[in-house]
Formats: sequence, C-alpha cells, structure tokens
Amino acid sequence: MASIHSRATARLMLSPAVILLLVWMAAPLVMTLWYSLHDYQLLMPRGNPFLGLENYAYFLSDPGFLQSIGNTFMLVMGVLLITVVCGVGLALLLDQPMYGRGVVRVLVVAPFFVMPTVSALVWKNMFMNPVNGLFAWMAQMFGADAIDWLAQVPLLSLTLIVAWGWLPFATLILLTALQSLDTEQKEAAEMDGANAWARFLHITLPHLSRAITVVILIQTIFLLSLFAEIFVTTNGGPGTQSSNLAYLVYSHALLRFDVGSASAGGVIAVVAANILALLLMRLVGKSLEV
Amino acid sequence: MTSIALKNVSKRYGAHEVIPGLDLEIEAGELVVFVGPSGCGKSTLLRLIAGLEDVSSGQLLIDGRDATRLPPAQRGLSMVFQSYALYPHMSVRDNIAFPLKMARRSKSVIERKVNDAARVLNLQEYLDRKPRELSGGQRQRVAIGRAIVREPVAFLFDEPLSNLDAALRVNMRMEIAGLHQQLGATMIYVTHDQVEAMTLADRIVVLNAGRVEQVGTPLELYRSPATLFVAGFIGSPRMNLLGGFEARQYGAATIGIRPEHVALSSSEGRWRGKVSLAEHLGSDTFVYVDVDGLGTITVRTTGDVDVRPGDSLWVTPEETCLHRFDEHGRAIRQGPPQRH
Ligand SMILES: Nc1ncnc2c1ncn2[C@@H]1O[C@H](COP(=O)(O)OP(=O)(O)OP(=O)(O)O)[C@@H](O)[C@H]1O
Ligand SMILES: [Mg+2]
Repeated sequence: MASIHSRATARLMLSPAVILLLVWMAAPLVMTLWYSLHDYQLLMPRGNPFLGLENYAYFLSDPGFLQSIGNTFMLVMGVLLITVVCGVGLALLLDQPMYGRGVVRVLVVAPFFVMPTVSALVWKNMFMNPVNGLFAWMAQMFGADAIDWLAQVPLLSLTLIVAWGWLPFATLILLTALQSLDTEQKEAAEMDGANAWARFLHITLPHLSRAITVVILIQTIFLLSLFAEIFVTTNGGPGTQSSNLAYLVYSHALLRFDVGSASAGGVIAVVAANILALLLMRLVGKSLEV
Repeated sequence: MTSIALKNVSKRYGAHEVIPGLDLEIEAGELVVFVGPSGCGKSTLLRLIAGLEDVSSGQLLIDGRDATRLPPAQRGLSMVFQSYALYPHMSVRDNIAFPLKMARRSKSVIERKVNDAARVLNLQEYLDRKPRELSGGQRQRVAIGRAIVREPVAFLFDEPLSNLDAALRVNMRMEIAGLHQQLGATMIYVTHDQVEAMTLADRIVVLNAGRVEQVGTPLELYRSPATLFVAGFIGSPRMNLLGGFEARQYGAATIGIRPEHVALSSSEGRWRGKVSLAEHLGSDTFVYVDVDGLGTITVRTTGDVDVRPGDSLWVTPEETCLHRFDEHGRAIRQGPPQRH
C-alpha cells in the first residue's frame, strides 16, 4: 500500500468481506449476550425474565467448571506438545532423501483428511477398546492386563486421538519451513565444527521457530473449541473427567436445556479464549516479527 | 602455514563426470585463485577440498597427511560462501563466536577473539546487530570474521565478492589481500573476475571442464599462455585469435596477438580494415577494426588517438609478441615466431 489513494481503494475492496464477517459474528454474539442475561429454559416455557448475572454465577458454580477449564488447558497443551515435537521429528525424517519419499509424504498427510468423528470412533473401537482393541491385544501378548483407555485415562486418550489428527498439519507446515532452510547455512555450520545435534539446535530450530509459532497459534484456535472427539468417545466422562469448556456449554444447552446458563458459559469461553490468545501472542508472537 | 595437495582427484555426480582426475599442489602460505568459465567445476573443487562433497576417487593431502575421508570440521579449513551463509537469528557477535562455541572454548577466550576479529575487520560498532541489518560489504566482513576466529590452517573463498558493487569490490579485494599478508595463511579463492584473479593471486589455476589448463603466476599466464583456452580466457579485452592462412604462414593452426601488441597506422601496415567501434576509456582506447578475411581485430592504443567508426586504417601485429598454437590448441614454444 504505497499511497493514501491505494489504501482507500484497498479499504473499499475489503469492505464487503468485513461487513459480512461483522454481521455473521456480531449477530450470534449479541444474541448470546442477550440470552446469557435472561432466564431461558427450553423445558420451562414461562417467558424470559431478566436475570442479571445469575446465569454467570450458576455456570461458574457448576461443580464441573474448574475441571473443564483444567481439561481444556491440558488438552490444548498436550496436543500442542505432541504435534510440535513429533512434527519436527517427522519433518526432519521426511526431508531426508529416501526411496519413495513422495508416497510416504502423502501417507503422512492422510490422517488430516479423516473426519474427527470417524477417526475418534476408529480409535475408540479398534484401538482403545479394552476387549477387542489392538492395544488390549498387544497388552495381552505380553501377559499384561488390558487398559480401558477411555475409562481409566480419558484425557490422555483424547489427547492422543486429537494429536494424531493434527500431526499431519504440523508436519506439513514444518516440512515446508525446513525446505526453505539455506543449505549453505548448514554447510557453514558443519565447517564451523557443529555436529548434527548442534546444527539442529543452533541452525534448524531457530529457523523453524516461525513455523512452530504458526502451528501453535492455529492449532490453539481449533483445539480450544474441541468437541466432536469428546462427544463420540467419552461424552465428557467418566463424570466430568474429560469435559472441556465447549463440552460443558453443550451439556448445559442440550442436556439440561438451559439456554441461559449455556450462553453465559459461551461468553465465559470467549473471554477465556481471548485471555489465552493474548498470553500466547506475548509468549510466542515475538518470533513472528523476525 | 599449510600445504594442500590433490592427487588424481575426480568427482562424478551419477554418470556425469564433473572433474575427471586432477592433480594440484598448493604451497603453504600461498594465495591461489581458481578461474574458469561458469560450470567448469570451480565450486565443486573447492567443496571437495572443504569436505562438503566426497571425492569419487583420488587423494587429498593437507600438510602431507591424508584428509580424503576426514569430516569437514576436522580438516581445519574455513570457508566463506558466496551467499555469506550468516546465521540470520544470531547477532554479529554470536555469528563470529559460533565456531569457538562449537570448539568449547572458554568465555573469556571467545570474548577476546571476537573482539580481535571485530577490530581487524572494523566491525566493532555492529557487533550487536543482526545480519539483516548490515550492508553487503559488512556481511561479507562478518563472514570473513567467522572464518578467521577459528585460526584455520587455510581459507577457502567461493566468489566472495560477486554480490558487491564495483567500488566495494575493490575495497574488499584490498582487505582480503591485506588479510593474506597479515595472517600469512594459505588461501584458495574462486572467482569469475579477471581483475580479482590477476591482482590477488600468487598463482592462478585456470580450469576448463574440470581440467587444469594451466597453473602459474598471473604474469606467466598473461605472457605465455600454455593453451588456446588460457590465451582467450586471460586478458581483457580478449587476445586476437586468427586461424587459416595467416596462421599457417607461422607454422601454426592458430596465432594470437594481444590488443596492445597491434600497431595502428593511417598510411601503411600489414592489414587494411575499417573501424567498427572505438571505445575511449580516457587512459586507453580500444579500437575494433574489421579486416576483410580475418574478422575483427581489437587494438589497444593510447587515450589521445582520434579514430572514429568508419575510418580506414592499417593494423600491424608485433611479430615478436605473437603466440602460436598447434591444432590441439597447445602453445608452440620452439623457435621465434617467424613468417615463412
Ligand atoms: N549436486 C550436483 N549434481 C549434479 N551435478 C552437479 C551438482 N553440483 C554441480 N553439478 C555440475 O557440476 C558442474 C560444475 O559445477 P560448479 O558449481 O562446480 O561450477 P562452477 O565452476 O562453480 O560454476 P560457477 O562459476 O557458475 O559458480 C556443473 O556442470 C554442474 O551442473
Ligand atoms: Mg560456483
């Protein structure tokens, strides 16, 4: 945007998209805010009297609330950790010259094309099932007791399932970043006496920092509203052991039919997400400026 | 002070033979320049010496010891890349300190050496900047700084000045020459630029299609090129090369005469021709004369001659300065060049 004139044109051209987005986002947000301040229970059609902040107090005092915040946090962090660490490893492997690299790359990307509900069901029934699952069979081969994954370690199981789905995304972005690394830089480091590990630490990893930031930011946005995988596997249970904030809102809205408190939960989730986003930007956003 | 020797070194990429088997001795403390046309294998040769590529066959000796299979870091060589290859996320200080950190030197030693290098290269003010905040010449100096702190046994430069403008190139050329005198280290320098080659080199190695055409001091190459290729490659403007009848008169397949060894006259001479172009450089004038049956003859004369395109002139080669080449392009040395 060189001149004032071209900037004005740019704004004009952008406006339809921005206006559409505003309407699209503003309308539901305003409605959610309105519902959250009123008594609106689907099972008790008695008008919608104004309640003030009572819905908020009710949602915040839900016994599962604190746990759902913790679960949301654990899920996001767990998946980020696995996808970034394994993504870097896989990207490094896929960057090596090897026979059939093209086919392997396509295979690695494949999980991304599987719908979350489908992948979660496959994991639940074919891998983690304590009777028929692959993991149970493997445990029995070694004479160990089968683990009922989704009942005993529901949060860990969910983290694994979701991480599996997001790993290709992270790998792909990191791989493209890796391919843009100047080979002369690596060679210079080699001549400077850096061994493979030092080259990774001092050359490759800093080069990847930007891509890692992008992966973290994008995944966080999607992982905060994680729902499908929880819905088809654990239903947030046992108890509320694997409910995240999104699932808690769902349970208020469509299990207890309390639109008012669910809306309050939704607003709280939006605020929480923004706080987290701000924190993340502070923490990792700096590397985007380089 | 280290000598480097290549014994029958060859390099193939698959079936494509880039260097067919090459012998070369580089003496301790020498500054050797590799020149040759694009794609002739200069970079490849340098990378073989550095250890960034494996030789296909042959032997590389550094100080008389076999280094053919040594990893790059253990050869004790430093390389300055054409793209500089600075580490973009590190400050200038960290860039220069990197080889020392990798060698696990103590903090105080690193500090002292980095400061020394910065002083030699005039980089003190820039130590805390990132490479992208530097100009091309400053980046170049950082790259050299990173190369010298390790106190390598020899330096390898791959077209280090090709990204710089003409004025800066002259400056950096003098700095590199100064550095060579100051450190007395062995240096191998790859370049496209004739002037760089002629001014910097103790000895020049002319490469052609992976083969050594000739090795010698700049003046040796200029005065007595061993092959037609060297004759045409060294010197600017190019040597005039003539074949056919004129060459046969001297018992050669091709004869060559440098532009400064051709005399111009308006009244008499060997060949008569028409001036097609006259380049007035101030100190010199390059006159291009079209001679019927011979082609264009380039003549270099003083700056004050007044010739214009279209003028009719006589040109005469100085017979004692003729170069003669046989049908294989090799120089004929026996006997003075004489017309039969
Ligand atoms: N990795 C490679 N695989 C196959 N061929 C290669 C490879 N690297 C270089 N070559 C070939 O080797 C030859 C010599 O390349 P090299 O880079 O040494 O040329 P150069 O003399 O440095 O040229 P320039 O002056 O343009 O830098 C070229 O023909 C090139 O195509
Ligand atoms: Mg090259």
